[in-house]
Amino acid sequence: MSDTSNRIDSSRRAFLNKAGAAAGAAAIAPGVFLTTPAVARPADQPVTSDKRWGILVDTNKCASNCDACVTACKDENGWGSTEHHSSQEQQSQWIRKVEIRNKSTGFVATLPLMCQHCEHPPCVDVCPTGASFKRADGIVLVDKHICIGCRYCMMACPYKARSFIHEDLEDQLPWAPRGKGTVESCTMCVQRVDNDGTPACVEACSAENHNALVFGDLNDENSEISRELARAESIELRADLALNTGVRYRGI
Amino acid sequence: MTYATVASRVSGLLLSALLILPLAVSAEEEEAENLPFSDLTMTEPERHVSATEECVAPEAEMRRNHMKFILHQRDETMHRGIRTRRHSLEECVNCHAAKNDQGEYIPVNAENQFCSSCHTYAAVNIDCFQCHATKPVRASSLDGRSASAPHPSAGPGNEPHPFLVSEGNAQ
Repeated sequence: MSDTSNRIDSSRRAFLNKAGAAAGAAAIAPGVFLTTPAVARPADQPVTSDKRWGILVDTNKCASNCDACVTACKDENGWGSTEHHSSQEQQSQWIRKVEIRNKSTGFVATLPLMCQHCEHPPCVDVCPTGASFKRADGIVLVDKHICIGCRYCMMACPYKARSFIHEDLEDQLPWAPRGKGTVESCTMCVQRVDNDGTPACVEACSAENHNALVFGDLNDENSEISRELARAESIELRADLALNTGVRYRGI
Repeated sequence: MTYATVASRVSGLLLSALLILPLAVSAEEEEAENLPFSDLTMTEPERHVSATEECVAPEAEMRRNHMKFILHQRDETMHRGIRTRRHSLEECVNCHAAKNDQGEYIPVNAENQFCSSCHTYAAVNIDCFQCHATKPVRASSLDGRSASAPHPSAGPGNEPHPFLVSEGNAQ
């Protein structure tokens, strides 16, 4: 077999690239592409601010008797019934179901409440060590290596999204380390997102056929979440604080 | 305090030191023949290493620099989302956790296990495992590692661990 058989025909490849670009551009307008190339971030590349992850919660679709998102979060991240000496109030709660009732009409809605992954997070503002931080892609996390457990962030959070671990833990999960003396909260399942996955709560909601949660890139105008946000009204919780949350709600 | 009083106190201290010194030297000579802990026997720890796979770096380098590797990786992963597996603490545990007779994994920080054995010897306290998993949970996804070369210290006929040679040879 000759060596030429495996050689790439570069002129043909260049033609195909141009043809593909032309087809995309022709679809809408010059410079506007219907599809952006879906290239997974390699494991050795850092996250960038090109993406900003967000979740849209549609409370109209959220079933009052369902807590699949909470259960899925517990299973994925290994919290819940791991603290045996802490009181109910002390135990960790990364996500919880909240019921709200309109006093004048009596209408009751339920919604999952977790870290809202603010663009301007108060928890990051108050952290004295830099443990509470926002990643370039908008996910707000606690670096437990440098968290001193002062709990200022818990005080600062308007959504009561953070918990403090009061006791020694065992059998933590490799992808969700957690331990005594540190603060924790929803990580938007960063271990899944970094591998092009979807947060466990969103996945569980879809599995229940409720589809009340939509996850995606807020910076990508063609993502499902961006199209959904553009299509109909949604709100931030405590919009008066101007935190520009990554989690938005509809129907309340 | 005047200069004169300071000078007299210092000279007093020097004088007392000179008086005590010969006593200390003679005490040291007596102790030399019966060193404390000279009857100490050491137990070979459970150092679980793969017989088929190499570690991510030569053993000598790992022994000296493993903490730098995982500290660097820790910040890269936490803050920048870089999730390469080569210097991941999870992969350390995946490879180095030993199994008991029932085939269950033993925590790497349990007494005499891979991490704790050396750290006990060196009297270095590690707090990795207050938060991190101590047993393998999911299969290793480490790539770029050759499966052909056996680990230098694997196998039954291997040389004793340099940390475990008798005290006389210790440098």
